[in-house]
Amino acid sequence: MKPPAFDYEAPRSLAEALALKARHGEEARFLAGGQSLVPAMNFRLVRPAVLIDLNGIAELGDLACTAAGRLQIGALVRHARVEGDAQVAQHQPLLAEAIREVAHPQVRNRGTVCGNLAHADPASELPAVMVALRAQMRAVSVRGERSIAAADFFQGTYSTALESDELLAQVLLEPMPAGTGTAFLELARRPGDYAMMGVAVVVRVDASGACTDARVVCCGAGDRPLASAASAAVLLGARPGSDPAALEALSEAAGAALATSIDPPGTVHASADYQRHLAQVLAARAIATACARAATHLPSRSH
Amino acid sequence: MAERQYPIRLTVNGTEREAQVEARLLLSDFIRHRLGLTGTHVGCEHGVCGACTILHDGVPARACLLFAVQTHGHSIETVESLGTPEHLHPLQEAFRACHGLQCGYCTPGILMTMKAFLEQHPDPDEAAIRKALSGNLCRCTGYQNIVAAVARAAAVAREGA
Repeated sequence: MKPPAFDYEAPRSLAEALALKARHGEEARFLAGGQSLVPAMNFRLVRPAVLIDLNGIAELGDLACTAAGRLQIGALVRHARVEGDAQVAQHQPLLAEAIREVAHPQVRNRGTVCGNLAHADPASELPAVMVALRAQMRAVSVRGERSIAAADFFQGTYSTALESDELLAQVLLEPMPAGTGTAFLELARRPGDYAMMGVAVVVRVDASGACTDARVVCCGAGDRPLASAASAAVLLGARPGSDPAALEALSEAAGAALATSIDPPGTVHASADYQRHLAQVLAARAIATACARAATHLPSRSH
Repeated sequence: MAERQYPIRLTVNGTEREAQVEARLLLSDFIRHRLGLTGTHVGCEHGVCGACTILHDGVPARACLLFAVQTHGHSIETVESLGTPEHLHPLQEAFRACHGLQCGYCTPGILMTMKAFLEQHPDPDEAAIRKALSGNLCRCTGYQNIVAAVARAAAVAREGA
């Protein structure tokens, strides 16, 4: 349980860090929180020749939220920072709700949001949240920078759209329009464990109460976050309304649609059938909650 | 070929220390084998059990998921910073009084986690204590007396304040 030998670099600027990554390519890994990378190194599942420690680069540490609710999460922003931020709670409640489920307090103190996303563990909550929120991922390298939609960023187990010289430097979340409601639910055997299934939901209703946008995204259901078009289709155009029986029927129909549109792999703790069952139940509950929340943030009819 | 050595200077329990370390040396091993502070225990070495929890710049972190070389310029606190056998820290005194440990292997990590927790949350309810303990495994006690000890330490601190 000791990592193999590596060279350690501690650049003081982003430019220096990117130059090092360009030089070493796949042989090098960035080190931010290290809460996924270091266990993998201790197990010798990964054996980077070079670690490029980002922790001395002040410009990567920013968590910024505009008055309108546009959120920028820099590469050194740790989970605990996001978890405790009042503006995140106000403007990006889905992220605030889900981040509490990531591992344990000590791990959230150290682990970074961007590192979590770049690690691309299919069981992790945050990739599903970013797909549900249509986050933009800002990748930088010595060649320049580009923006990658979250839906295109996650390409498989521990696999992303990042090139070997790129760093995920920032995640950008746009403010949620009026009439948007969100919810995140998961089931794990113990708090902080990997979830057997998790569901992130975003719904948006217009001034008339009709659903104009819906995203239902699972974590742990495959090799990447899985957005269910079938489940969203049940919700789009529907009027969740305030009648509890109607909302329950709609939520259950959308949950059932999710369950039939995923093909979960099964885990040591949950068979594929059980995971599908969990997806259905969790989605129905999360959709009902998100719809109820959307109804409290209805856009005014004058807009 | 000898591994490259990196000079580090850090503050350990209030005292400045200097050392030469290879990059792959885990902070947990540095603390135990190089500094001789064996109160920090090593359980799983992949961030699950919490036995090696120390304070890094005042914040609880897994020492097995940090490299010693990363602590250059930083401050760490280990369980040795709390009390002595003659003069226990109030948290340690509460664990003694409530029988909050049996084999004691997990205790140092729990104490360091709870020290930071109680500084942030001086009047926690049981649910908050249990949540804060979620990253520390204990296979002896069933946690009941640990929770009681933390609640007692909080109560004692509030009475003394």
